[in-house]
Order: sequence, then structure tokens, then C-alpha cells
Amino acid sequence: MFNFFKKKRSAESAKDRLQLVLVHDRTDLTPAQLEALKNDLLKAISNYIDIDPDAVQIGLERDGRSQRLVADIPLRGVSRHRAG
Amino acid sequence: MTAQVITVTSGKGGVGKTTAVANLATALAADGRKVVCIDGDIGLRNLDVIMGLENRIVYDIVDVIEGRCKLKQAMIRDKHYSDLYLIPAAQTRDKNAVSPSDMISICKDLRPDTDFVIIDSPAGIERGFRNSIAAADRVLVVTNPEVSAVRDADRVVGILEAEEKGTPALILNRLNPALVKNNDMLSAEDVLDLLGIQLIGVVPEDESVIIGSNRGAPVVTDPKSRAGQAFRNIAKRLQGQDVPFMDLEQQNGIWSALQRLTGRK
Repeated sequence: MFNFFKKKRSAESAKDRLQLVLVHDRTDLTPAQLEALKNDLLKAISNYIDIDPDAVQIGLERDGRSQRLVADIPLRGVSRHRAG
Repeated sequence: MTAQVITVTSGKGGVGKTTAVANLATALAADGRKVVCIDGDIGLRNLDVIMGLENRIVYDIVDVIEGRCKLKQAMIRDKHYSDLYLIPAAQTRDKNAVSPSDMISICKDLRPDTDFVIIDSPAGIERGFRNSIAAADRVLVVTNPEVSAVRDADRVVGILEAEEKGTPALILNRLNPALVKNNDMLSAEDVLDLLGIQLIGVVPEDESVIIGSNRGAPVVTDPKSRAGQAFRNIAKRLQGQDVPFMDLEQQNGIWSALQRLTGRK
């Protein structure tokens, strides 16, 4: 109820904002380019398997000084065909 | 002896590179080392005033490079430590008067009879910075716990890694423990986590630094200064000693007395 008065301490904002900025600085990818990459990836994957585009999560993550592109792509529920 | 060449850089200006160089060089000299510092900021020299040596300059680094004087003639001896020298930057020239190979050759000449060569890099990531890191065996990156300074430090760390200069060590300067405690300033842990590099020292914000630079006397010579103590510790670490990090919470003086009074601590 009183969360309205509780402002996030500024150090936390600083860290959150820096985390994002540094990932983009280090990879030289703008958020728009990342979005385009994401769309291209989805298109390519959809050519082979059925996925739910809304459930897909693709983002850059930091691990020390290295960056990784992490994608979590749930496959759409497919009923398996069984012989017999 | 063969000198270790250490470059102090930061990306962003005004975070305390020159102060760090003056203090580390003085602390190393106080420990009996032979130290030469080089001001790499051609056109905007300042290490001379911070060290209180501005009135003694006759020749500068560009005079050496262009053959108007010998290297020894451009080495200004410190007022207090006879084994501490400054090679000043030229004030009326630009960065293009120096090349990376000039820096390498000057450091090569200094190495045989010096323990430490400390280079004060200009801010930025252009020519002056490139010149300053060319001869470095080791790089120290200075930052403040502020978003702009940390971001720029990260860029510099990235460039140093791309140039295969190795991962630099971090000096976190002007940390205000009261603000950190209040969660209104990035902590040393936050900055280390963001940058992903090793820490070599945390220097608390300290008024004595300004007083020292007003006088041209680096604060390491003031035994009571907390920032001075932090720089003395970094100097010991540069000499390979294992010195524990200072407890910045434990402060004395009027500020913490006030905090205790008001129950904020």
C-alpha cells in the first residue's frame, strides 16, 4: 500500500542502468539491432520447428568480462505420432 | 634494476588520475624506490602543479623526443625525495608531437636504473591515451563510483584487452562510505561486479586531497590522511606486498562524530 512512497535507492538504479549500458557498449549492439537479431533468429528457427514467438526470451548476459547471447525458446506442444 | 612501467588511465576526465600518479609515485619514493613519472597529457599538463614542481621546468618530453635536450635534463627532481623525478608534458604542443614508439624508447632508456616508471595518461581513448599505454607493463584504471566514470572505465578496459595489454587493475577513487551505507552510491563490490576486473585499492573521498593539491604536496606525505593511507597501501601492493584493504566504515573526525550524534551510524 505504502510502496508508493518507497523510492528505489539510487545506487540500485545506477547499477541496473549500468548493467544494461555496459552489455550494449561491449557488444556494440544497439537495442534495435538486438531486436532485429531476435526476429531473424525466430524466423530461421520457425522454418524447422514450431515455436511460440511470444514465449521466446533472447538477451545478452554478462559473465565477468565476457558476454553471452542467451536464448530461451520453448517449443510449441506437439503431440507425438506413435506407430501402432 | 629494471623498471616496471605502470600507466594510470581512466577514460573519463577528472576522476583523479593525476592525483593517483602523484601520490603513488611519492609513496613509492618514500619506500626507497627510484621513481620517474611521466606526464602523458601533452598540451594540458598538470602533474607538475600537483607535485609542486611547476617552477622547476626547463625542458619537457617533447624536447627530449625532438633532440633539444638529453633525457636526464628533462627529469625534474622532487623537492623532498631525491629518487623521485618528473618528466613534464609539453604545454604548447599537441598529442601528435609524441608517438607510441617515442614512449617505448624513453621508457627503455629509463628502465635500467629505475624501479618504477609511472605514466599519467590523458583522459579519452585517442592518441594521447595510446601513447601512454604503449610502453606499459601494467595498467591501472581509475574510476569514481559514478555511472559516467564506470561506463568510460569499462570502455578503456575493453580497449586494453583488445590491445592485449592484459586486464588492468582498478583504483576506485573518491568513495564516500556514508553514501554507500545509505545505498546512494555504488559500492566497491558493485563497481567490481560491473567491470569484472581486479581491485588494487579503494580511496575514500577526503578533503585533504584538495588541500594537498593546493599546496603541491601529495597527501601520502600526510600520515593522518585516509586517502593518503589508501594510496600508501596501493604503493605497497605495487611492490608485491599483501596489504589488507582498509575498513572505510571506521572513520574518525567530525563527520562520523556528527553521524554518531544523529544516530545515523
